Amino acid sequence: MITETIKAVSDSLQVVEHGAEDTSWIVHHILDSHELFGIIPLPEIHLFGLDMSITQHVVMMWLALIILVIAFTKTAKSYKISRAPKGVANFLEVLVLFVKDEIAKPTIGKGYEMFLPYLLTVFFFILTCNFLGLIPFMATASSNISVTASLAIISFFVVQIGGVIKNGFFGYFKGLIPHGVPTWLLPIMFVVELLGLVTKPFALAIRLFANMSAGHIVILALIGLIFILKTFIVVPVSIAFALFIYLLEILVALIQAYIFTMLSSLFIGMAVHQDH
Amino acid sequence: MPGLDNIGMLAMSGGLLDVSPGLMIWTVLTFLVLMLILRKVAWKPMLLALNEREQFIKDSLDKAEQAQRESERLAEVNKALMEKSEVEAQEIIAQGREYSEKLKSQMLEESREEARKMINSAKDEIVRKNQEAFSSLKSQVVNIAVLAAEKIIKENLDNEKQEKLVNRFIDDLTKN
Repeated sequence: MITETIKAVSDSLQVVEHGAEDTSWIVHHILDSHELFGIIPLPEIHLFGLDMSITQHVVMMWLALIILVIAFTKTAKSYKISRAPKGVANFLEVLVLFVKDEIAKPTIGKGYEMFLPYLLTVFFFILTCNFLGLIPFMATASSNISVTASLAIISFFVVQIGGVIKNGFFGYFKGLIPHGVPTWLLPIMFVVELLGLVTKPFALAIRLFANMSAGHIVILALIGLIFILKTFIVVPVSIAFALFIYLLEILVALIQAYIFTMLSSLFIGMAVHQDH
Repeated sequence: MPGLDNIGMLAMSGGLLDVSPGLMIWTVLTFLVLMLILRKVAWKPMLLALNEREQFIKDSLDKAEQAQRESERLAEVNKALMEKSEVEAQEIIAQGREYSEKLKSQMLEESREEARKMINSAKDEIVRKNQEAFSSLKSQVVNIAVLAAEKIIKENLDNEKQEKLVNRFIDDLTKN
């Protein structure tokens, strides 16, 4: 009797312990998958020994692409009807002007027009991906490290190409090293500055990835509390906190799109005007 | 062996920090395509329209400012003209008053002169008429005297007759 009871208790404890420790379902929700909305299977493609499958995050990015192209085609057309468009076009115009006048102009300065297409595209792409992730059953492509790393690599190349175009190839790499550095320090400084160039996009990628995953993980963890504690008492608390985090995520979605664009613009400005 | 299996499972399911080259290629492709499409479809026409509008607003403001300055200048000119015309009108009125005053006094003088002339001519006339009357009276008296003398001479014979004659003469004279 007693031994049986002890065994049952220890079993249930093990189950609870195992259940509490097994948080793989959270990661599973955030990770990329080969199924759309968890139901529709997506094709697996292997090219040149690479897994080029159309995953859920790829579909989300394409969705963002389609939404942006439609929205901005309409917006651009509305300028042919009226000088001051209304509705959605007006709202998008505010954002475009924000990127142009508040991000690109102050950080890059003279010659900022050249980088506007990149900055505007990156801002709206990240913004749309972030918001798509907030819609139920959708996925957040910008919470995938591969996606954010790719965006950061593009940003890195835009910065380097911008610097080379404005200062010339040798001028740009010479300008990386500050003035007045002793000659014997030059090799070390070169390595340090080169590392600096690489850490900037690395920070960009990690920042966007971490911010976009963290909110989702916290929401899933709060909901998971209900199932781990196996009680209804915790439901109102979990829902209230999850809602609060969700609202916070709307803010984060905007802020992260802004920060990624702002920092890219800042790095471009530093590469273009090296004398500062 | 179970440990190895575990590691294999982890690698298969993938962690949060796993990098998938395929997804990266898709991301770069998607982003570049999006940038190219939006640059052609949206950014260029939009930025052009926005710049145009900015220029339009600037021009409109400049124009409005210019118009305001112009209207202010015109108001100033109008005011000056008004003042000038006011002064001129006052001048004209004063001139008219002066002229009429002059005319009045002149006319008064003239009429006075005329009246004086008329009075003078009337006086002359009166004198002339007087003289005329006097001379005619004189000639009459002479005639009468001559007549009387004639009669006296004709009836010079008797005193009585003479007396009668004189009386008659005097009667005649008085009748006349």
